[in-house]
Amino acid sequence: MAAPLLQVRGLHAGYGPTQVLHGLDFEIEEGSITALLGANGAGKTTTLRALCGMVRTGGEVRFAGQRIDGRATEDIVRLGVAHVPDGRGTFTDLTTEENLRLGAYARRERGGLEQDFERMYRLFPILAERRHQQAGTLSGGQQQMLAVARALMLRPRLLLLDEPSFGLAPLVVKEIFEVMKEINAAQKVTILLVEQNAAMALRLADRAHLIETGRLVRSGSGAELMNDDAVRRAYLGY
Amino acid sequence: MDAFLHQVFAGLATGGIYASLALALVMIHNATRLVNFAQGEMAMFSTYLCWTMLQAGWPYWIAFVATVVLAFVLGIAIERIVIRPVERAPVLTAVVVFIGLLLILNSLAGWIYTYTIKSFPSPFPSKAPFGLTMVSAHELGAIGVTLVVLLLVYLFFRFTPLGLAMRAAAQNPDSSRLVGIRVGWMLALGWGLAAAIGATAGMMVAPIVFLDPNMMTGVILYAFAAALMGGIDSPGGAVAGGFIVGVLENLVGAYLIGTELKLTVALVLIVGVLVVKPAGLFGRVIVQRVRGRSRAWKPSPPPNSRRSRPPRSREACAAGRSAGRSWRSSCCSPPPPCPSW
Repeated sequence: MAAPLLQVRGLHAGYGPTQVLHGLDFEIEEGSITALLGANGAGKTTTLRALCGMVRTGGEVRFAGQRIDGRATEDIVRLGVAHVPDGRGTFTDLTTEENLRLGAYARRERGGLEQDFERMYRLFPILAERRHQQAGTLSGGQQQMLAVARALMLRPRLLLLDEPSFGLAPLVVKEIFEVMKEINAAQKVTILLVEQNAAMALRLADRAHLIETGRLVRSGSGAELMNDDAVRRAYLGY
Repeated sequence: MDAFLHQVFAGLATGGIYASLALALVMIHNATRLVNFAQGEMAMFSTYLCWTMLQAGWPYWIAFVATVVLAFVLGIAIERIVIRPVERAPVLTAVVVFIGLLLILNSLAGWIYTYTIKSFPSPFPSKAPFGLTMVSAHELGAIGVTLVVLLLVYLFFRFTPLGLAMRAAAQNPDSSRLVGIRVGWMLALGWGLAAAIGATAGMMVAPIVFLDPNMMTGVILYAFAAALMGGIDSPGGAVAGGFIVGVLENLVGAYLIGTELKLTVALVLIVGVLVVKPAGLFGRVIVQRVRGRSRAWKPSPPPNSRRSRPPRSREACAAGRSAGRSWRSSCCSPPPPCPSW
């Protein structure tokens, strides 16, 4: 079996004196969808930020065999790790199209930019209508779509998504989940998804991890966690 | 009428110089939220470099281009060596560094070139073309050079990937890193560009105010007034402000208060704009949502490592909060099911 795309060993991270992650171990297979579940403050966002070098970390992170812990965010991104951050990270003063153009800023292949624009506009037709509009004036849902599209412009090998459903209407959430499924199947993009909407995330995911106060407390396939009593009680509410 | 038009043209010529310097100020302000007090001295020093090349017998335009390139490199070097270490320091620290830079450059120029006032040649003929009388050739030329510089800067930022990346890095450094932009280098490039723009302004103003280490003290005040008038975060506004301040200064000086008091115009404008319309003519009034993230107002981060930042994400805030108060209650027991799940 091929080595996993992402290997995480003993991942620690924190902000100043506050330790948030206390040694996470997990692996992500190439081409899979992994969901990371947990309550508020459990350390989900911090895990994603730690993988991208946005917080000070301890432990070992390997991406495609290479150590990436301790490296600068921009270098990690250049390896093909795209991150849809918490809060969407829109470049509010730039147009939709400029936001997308920036998404492709660091990628290796220079060509095919126009095709990729078209692909994003096919995935999210509303963005095509708004392509010359200032991105800060887009609605929350549109900005979330823009954030996903911007990340895909990198042609990433690994896509990190931080609560793509946050604050969005159910229909928009469904649309974004459909797109995730599609890019995973069609482009073989590996996905690590942080999500509060546990039911939806578990249905989509091949594997899932449950995180509590900075530690992994359950791991398994999506279906296994869905049927796990503790998970059901705490995160699914039935 | 001729005298009036003459004043207007002279105002446009110096206004273009203020516009360039104001643009340099705005570029650095947009990237760092700081006003570079040493911008004028950097321009002055570059002009001395040009003077040295001219003394060595270089043709004017070759010296001009070489000076712009050299200023660009020096601007980058200053950012890398002097500014980068205080990048995350409190505002006052940065201000002190800027003032230190101002004094160092000023004294260095005095030490190397002495404080004797030198004349600086204009590349333009002494007679204006087409028999124009109300405007000198140097004024026309300076306006032309300024407009070319401004146009190039506009085209660069508007249409090149690097220009786009620099704009992105200035407004949202975190997201910029996430798309792979080397934000630190973008800041350095911004300093280089600002220094280069300032150098052209210095070389254009030197024939008018003559070359000496203090030649920019007045000019930079007008540039501050111009930048504030246009809105300190608006490049277009800074340019418009530059021309407005230039013309206004000349007309007020000629018809109202006399040339000796001209500098007060800049100060009155600065105070007036800050009192009446702090955002400037073209600046954006920042209305902040209480919970929103704004790029305009940022708490200055603690001066420790580059990576550890004040918690800004939702989760980080939650982590910070729970560490303070409700760590146990919110995290160790299963949270109550939220109705939206």
